[in-house]
Amino acid sequence: MSDTTGTSDSTGAPHKAGAFDIRNIIGLLMGVYGIILVLAGIFGDKALEKTGGVNANLWTGLGLIAVSAVFIGWARLRPIVVPESFDRPDDDPTRPAPQRKRPPAT
Amino acid sequence: MSSDTLIDATWLDYLLVAIYFGFVLGIGVMARRSVSDSIDFFLSGRSLPAWVTGLAFISANLGAVEIMGMSANGAEIGLPTVHYFWVGAVPAMLFLGVVMMPFYYGSKVRSVPEFMFRRFGTGAHLVNAISFAVAQLLIAGVNLALLAGILHALLGWPIWIALVVAGAIVLSYITLGGLSAAIYNEVLQFFVIVASLLPLTLIGLNRVGGWDGLNDKITAAANGAPADAAVAPASQQLESWPGQALSGFDSGFFSVVGIVFGLGFVLSFGYWTTNFVEVQRAMASNSISAARKTPVIGSFPKMFIPFIVIVPGMVSAVLVQEMIDLKNGGSPEGGASGEGVAYNDALLLLMRDVLPNGLLGLAIAGLLAAFMAGMAANISAFNTVFSYDLWQRYIRKDHSDDYYLRIGRLATVAATIIAVFTAQIAMGYDNVMNYLQTLFGFFNAPLFATFILGMFWKRMTPTAAWMGLVLGTVSAVTVDRLAAAGVIDLPGQGAAFLAASTAFVVDFVISVVVSLVTKPKPASELKGLVYSETPREDRIDPEEASYPWYRRTVPLAGIALAMVIVLNAAF
Repeated sequence: MSDTTGTSDSTGAPHKAGAFDIRNIIGLLMGVYGIILVLAGIFGDKALEKTGGVNANLWTGLGLIAVSAVFIGWARLRPIVVPESFDRPDDDPTRPAPQRKRPPAT
Repeated sequence: MSSDTLIDATWLDYLLVAIYFGFVLGIGVMARRSVSDSIDFFLSGRSLPAWVTGLAFISANLGAVEIMGMSANGAEIGLPTVHYFWVGAVPAMLFLGVVMMPFYYGSKVRSVPEFMFRRFGTGAHLVNAISFAVAQLLIAGVNLALLAGILHALLGWPIWIALVVAGAIVLSYITLGGLSAAIYNEVLQFFVIVASLLPLTLIGLNRVGGWDGLNDKITAAANGAPADAAVAPASQQLESWPGQALSGFDSGFFSVVGIVFGLGFVLSFGYWTTNFVEVQRAMASNSISAARKTPVIGSFPKMFIPFIVIVPGMVSAVLVQEMIDLKNGGSPEGGASGEGVAYNDALLLLMRDVLPNGLLGLAIAGLLAAFMAGMAANISAFNTVFSYDLWQRYIRKDHSDDYYLRIGRLATVAATIIAVFTAQIAMGYDNVMNYLQTLFGFFNAPLFATFILGMFWKRMTPTAAWMGLVLGTVSAVTVDRLAAAGVIDLPGQGAAFLAASTAFVVDFVISVVVSLVTKPKPASELKGLVYSETPREDRIDPEEASYPWYRRTVPLAGIALAMVIVLNAAF
């Protein structure tokens, strides 16, 4: 994770979004869910009478692992480079919570 | 213990729910500390890929309205519910992207009350700010009622305890900074919801014997229903047009007119073009071109969402015993409100009947996330409008920033408490969609008329604006009360469509008549606020023409429109 927090210097390599790339976050959550559901599908109660004979946990889990692989692979292949300077986030009046500064005065 | 509850969740389900909230709150905490400038980069929204902003855009309303309302509607009236997507949302989103967005972006307006103030001055601003604040409190009540319903279904608590606890959960979510990582949440929420609803739909269809089996069962159920249950005939439940079951009109012709004008034009265009909770998502983009593409790209997934929310509702109505009884005119015990099963329970009951533990937890995580984020957004929007548009402008001017932040915090707590009470109103409706559409008719329909007129007609005067808004809302409330009293008899959402159309027409006529006898603002004050007074270069993106066709707004919107026409023809 050190490569995500370092600031790029004048000579430096491009600064990647890394672990905070939204695709990695999606991939991680879907992957964790996928693994848990696959395990539940193999070892847990399959509840076949509910699903009509399909091992729903197993198949959904496999699907989620595939989605996870696509997102993480995509993020690896085409990393997002964080530019040297960008606008710091403004308060969005429809989703403020912690106030960094006041919403735009009207 | 667990046998008293509607849903039997195990530790596995709770684990999946806990992982989701761990993710969301973890990102929220990191965002507040800004441990990485990558987070700031993502939260600023600038130069984010268009698919991210597009998903965040539709995620913002993929909450109570979509999931519970649309599945309830699917269970009650079947396939005509797709009109909310294919006549309503998608064309409205394309209109927003192609026509309205360049103007919004160019005028640098950041909220509806702000536009009202600059275009029309105090009167219209005050009316609009109050009505916006009230609407947010009422819609927050809907989200809270649904959230409490899930807690009740999971844990078996009495409904009023569930309401208070759900309110406390939302408050702590706002305080812990869940919203500060909003763009991450919205995109994650989209994937979790799709990951749970897609298997639910497929398993549900598997249980009823596929699409053909569903059709057969709905036909049999409609034919076998007792006459006093007033179930729509199968032909109306299985074909989207002319949609009498949705509009409540007997005549096919008036039904089509009601849907296209009432739902399609007034309600949906009004909702999508004036609802700044959504528009704001698109405005965060780094160029006009990106801002225009956000709703257009969002319209592609939006087109297919009906399959994973309406179809499960339809399956539920023929597979779940309580829903079958309800549709036959019975009043089965149980349900998420604790006061008998309602159509709102269609999705929860189907989850109970077909999902194994594990997938069940995933689905619960998705639903909790959607309602919580939805209510948090309502409360935050209320907070902003109350503190800055009402309190600061009209009650206490010129205090310190800290003072208004304190007021904002008090407003957040007060709004949550009020929502516990407005949730009671929402729970009085068997189908939450009827209630929501009624609210949109009260608040969005007149606003849309005033907005459209104010934007395209520079002659419109400030007096006309506030009178139109007030009388438009009053006329919608009048129609609704007449319908409630039985004077106007329209089942389904017909009464809501009629109220919305009436509000639109009344607002429009009043605005035009009053404008002609009062004094307009000078044209010099209208730059960036009226279409004809806004320079063309403020409305176009010079780089757009250099992009390949698949990155330009208009060709993408054309494809979306063609697809939605095909979908309309196919179902």
